[in-house]
Amino acid sequence: MKSKIVWIQGVTCNGNSHSFLNYQNLDIFLKKVEFLYHPLLPSKYSLKELSEKRFDFDILIVEGAIKKSYERGIVSLNTLMEKLSIKARKIIALGTCAAFGGVFKSYDEKNIKGLIFDGEEKKGFFKELEKKVINIPGCPAHPEWLIYVLNMIEAKKKILLDDFLRPKEIYAFTVHSGCVRNEYFEWKVDAKSFGVKEGCLFYEQGCQAPYTHGSCNKILWNEVNSKTRAGMPCLGCTEPTFLKEELFKTKTYMSIPANMPLGVPKRAYLTITGVAKSFKIERLNKRLIDES
Amino acid sequence: MAKGSRKEKRKIEIMDTALKLFSKNGFYTVTIADIAKELEMSVGNIYNYFSSKDALAKELIMYISKILGSNIRQINMEKISAKEKIEKIVRFYFSMAKERPELIDYFLRVYLSHREVFKDGCEGMICVSPFVTEIMIFFEEGVKNGELREQDFFSAFGLFMGYLGGMVYLKGEGMLPNDLDFYINSISENIYRALKNEE
Repeated sequence: MKSKIVWIQGVTCNGNSHSFLNYQNLDIFLKKVEFLYHPLLPSKYSLKELSEKRFDFDILIVEGAIKKSYERGIVSLNTLMEKLSIKARKIIALGTCAAFGGVFKSYDEKNIKGLIFDGEEKKGFFKELEKKVINIPGCPAHPEWLIYVLNMIEAKKKILLDDFLRPKEIYAFTVHSGCVRNEYFEWKVDAKSFGVKEGCLFYEQGCQAPYTHGSCNKILWNEVNSKTRAGMPCLGCTEPTFLKEELFKTKTYMSIPANMPLGVPKRAYLTITGVAKSFKIERLNKRLIDES
Repeated sequence: MAKGSRKEKRKIEIMDTALKLFSKNGFYTVTIADIAKELEMSVGNIYNYFSSKDALAKELIMYISKILGSNIRQINMEKISAKEKIEKIVRFYFSMAKERPELIDYFLRVYLSHREVFKDGCEGMICVSPFVTEIMIFFEEGVKNGELREQDFFSAFGLFMGYLGGMVYLKGEGMLPNDLDFYINSISENIYRALKNEE
């Protein structure tokens, strides 16, 4: 039996839908499931039918933030959520907006929230659904992350979640894990601009990878790259604190990064940094590929 | 070596004696034999603790850095303003200069003046890390709570420690008309004014 999925949208930019459409094995995956409704894919029901008909299904995917008074076409998001959430076996809050409020939250702080969470607090509009919900934050979420969760649900396997209801298999790591710039991080060699192959982006360019949970450098985007590998700082998009200000500048207090790598005490970090900076490693201070 | 063990105590005794002799007679004049003689130990026995005079020199700067660092750490842990911390750090530094002048003397006259001794194994901040780390934390917390101004770390570090070191140096040269205590309040005020956030 194919899993029956309903995919609805709240306040969204369509980013997670587009990310999903970029899944490399989408054709194979679509043979395994049936979309009763998806805003972009051919579906069994229209949005109107979705709100009016009685039917059974397995998984509800919510993309976008929740605003109670929001309407999709002629259908109230709130009414739709109330109806579908009762029937759904599992609910996936896909993307940071659905999980925590995300980018759109800053437009209307009080009235735009995630399903279970409002930023870091468990004060979302549907917090009573906590036991059914799995958060897959990301701006957007990587399609492989969604497929992993859907496959686990289909196989009826237990998905271990962290305190923000994120699957540990995906979010127990930091984005820093697997970054090809780790050698520069170890020896505290800064990247002087975006897009260069050399240097760590943590010290000057605002990279949040050392304290952001995610698998971006383990499960590559489009199977080829990640932000940090390409020379762009991680913006911390899987965290409930997303979106911060001044994303391309590292906040410092007297030259010391305001945010430490995850779980690293400040004294330990400063001690190691002081030692590493005492040595100048010639190789790491030169261009990797010398054009001359 | 277990902390507080007999060997550890003896090692500290050697370091304290070496510091006093270096301070009194100069780093290059004092030999391992002089230190042994002062302690009524054999020269060979000293080498059981330190493989060379250079190795002793490096251990000494780490020993001093730990003493300074642990005291400043206590000040950092107090729930007081950056202004009060500045005053406490100045007071502590000057009290060390008075009570154990050989420690500050070694820092200024040996470590900072004879970098050739420390070039292998004490590069950059390695041997003074416990002390510098605490100063970093003091600055970081001061800026974070809005009391101090954001600026480059070394600009602030030089102003603070250069100032204190300079005063102790002048005192050591007999050029200050008053005791160091006399200057604590005015120096603390000067440092605070130079670092404070005026926004």
